[in-house]
Amino acid sequence: MNMPVRRTESAATIPSTDAKVLPLALRRASLASRALSAARDFAVRLVPPLVVITLALVLWEILCRKAGATLPPPSKVVSSTWELITDPFYDRGGLDKGLFWHLAASIKRVALGYALASAVGVALGTLVGQSVWAMRGLDPIFQVLRTVPPLAWLPLSLAAFRDGQPSAIFVIFITAIWPIIINTAVGIRNIPQDYRNVARVLRLNHLEFFLKIMVPAAAPYIFTGLRIGIGLSWLAIVAAEMLIGGVGIGFFIWDAWNSSRISEIVLALVYVGLVGFVLDRIVAAVATVVTRGTAAN
Amino acid sequence: MTPYLKLDHIGKSFARGSLETEVLRDITLGIEQGEYVSIIGHSGCGKTTLLNIVAGLVPVTLGVVLLENREVNEPGPDRAVVFQNHSLLPWLTVYDNVRLAVDKVFSGIRSRTERHDWTMHNLELVQMAHAKDKRPAEISGGMKQRVGLARALAMEPKVLLLDEPFGALDALTRAHLQDSVMAIHQKLRNTVLMITHDVDEAVLLSDRIVMMTNGPAARIGETLEVPLPRPRRRLELSANPTYLKCRQRVLEFLYERHSFVEAA
Repeated sequence: MNMPVRRTESAATIPSTDAKVLPLALRRASLASRALSAARDFAVRLVPPLVVITLALVLWEILCRKAGATLPPPSKVVSSTWELITDPFYDRGGLDKGLFWHLAASIKRVALGYALASAVGVALGTLVGQSVWAMRGLDPIFQVLRTVPPLAWLPLSLAAFRDGQPSAIFVIFITAIWPIIINTAVGIRNIPQDYRNVARVLRLNHLEFFLKIMVPAAAPYIFTGLRIGIGLSWLAIVAAEMLIGGVGIGFFIWDAWNSSRISEIVLALVYVGLVGFVLDRIVAAVATVVTRGTAAN
Repeated sequence: MTPYLKLDHIGKSFARGSLETEVLRDITLGIEQGEYVSIIGHSGCGKTTLLNIVAGLVPVTLGVVLLENREVNEPGPDRAVVFQNHSLLPWLTVYDNVRLAVDKVFSGIRSRTERHDWTMHNLELVQMAHAKDKRPAEISGGMKQRVGLARALAMEPKVLLLDEPFGALDALTRAHLQDSVMAIHQKLRNTVLMITHDVDEAVLLSDRIVMMTNGPAARIGETLEVPLPRPRRRLELSANPTYLKCRQRVLEFLYERHSFVEAA
């Protein structure tokens, strides 16, 4: 007697009419509208800085147009450095070269000093992060040395190397190395105990532990140090080159000042800023590729 | 005859300066090959310390751990651990996390293809082969624990150590994973030592439940055989008198005789 009752109950819960499946049209954005939205994104990013730059240039032009102004207005900067802007690759021997060659010489010095600082900095940072005794012994020394201004090292390195080129590279090295050491050490110290336990259960040897656990786990920290380091290197090279002379953007600026070519200084500063920006972006891009996944956790 | 895994009068104290805290006192326990033993106790009683001692991650103060009559004093893949919080390496894919263990344990013993097949086999065992190219951050908590289990199983451990493996999961996922662990244990007959604070989990999964008293100086208060036949099915057991009796015994131990004393 139970069965029919139950059947009616279940029948009652089923809706009498069939539900209709509404066909929903798939909307795909047309090529034109997608191009339009991409253009809009681009404009949103590009328009505000362009507006600010234009305003700044106009202000500068107004301020420096007046008679007795000590600095050239932007219009004069462009007109008197037109040859340098249009032909950065000329080379008339000696120091009379295009800006490309000066920048290339500076970048080469930075690349060498920075590469050395990265290798030594990561190694020392690992040591300090991993060993309590190394930290106790080395950390106080690092904390004092890192506050020494980059240029203060230059006379000492000139005395040691008796040549401008290695001295400049050494100044870059000693400038960039501190943030790399300190950040690497913090990264190594912050490796979660879990990862160390995993390594111990697997019986990873020292080299495997370094390559497979330490470096990837500390990579976000290491790259923070590397990014600060590249910025400091570029800051230091201009100052160092002003003192050592030879081909390089720093000496180019100093030379222009000595011959009162103020417009050239302005142009060089623009290039220095752009190159510094690009260097920072390169290290940041490498960092995102290398640390993908690590930072996500 | 000595058992497969033997904990012989284990004592553990932590010293911090002149202050010494006794965590475990006189723990003696024998586990046979293929046996599934759970250790249950209130939080802070030293369960995890005990598991870490068996894993070799923490040295004993007194006593000795013997696995197949050999002393355990350092970590090794013969005592693989599934950690409470999965401990997968976030920069490696699911596959590479397991493969790292396989490569380390079987390098020189098995060929590259064999190691690949073994990695995939273990991922299939925990039903995670479909996500092999994902990174840990891209999968759910339950999936991470499955991969952690696959990594441990792939080492072909003599003893599988589970440190509250389902503690951080929601109830439904936990039940699902418990069923998986039961099925795998049924198939492979591993020796398992599991830490838990979940009474149902302990009764459902274990052959024997070891109940610990509250710390400091925690001891084994009682051991309980769970004479339920395998394979066990969650739904059928919920009304099984033996199951209910075992459950009752553990609950009585935990909440009547050794109820958790909150530090004032």
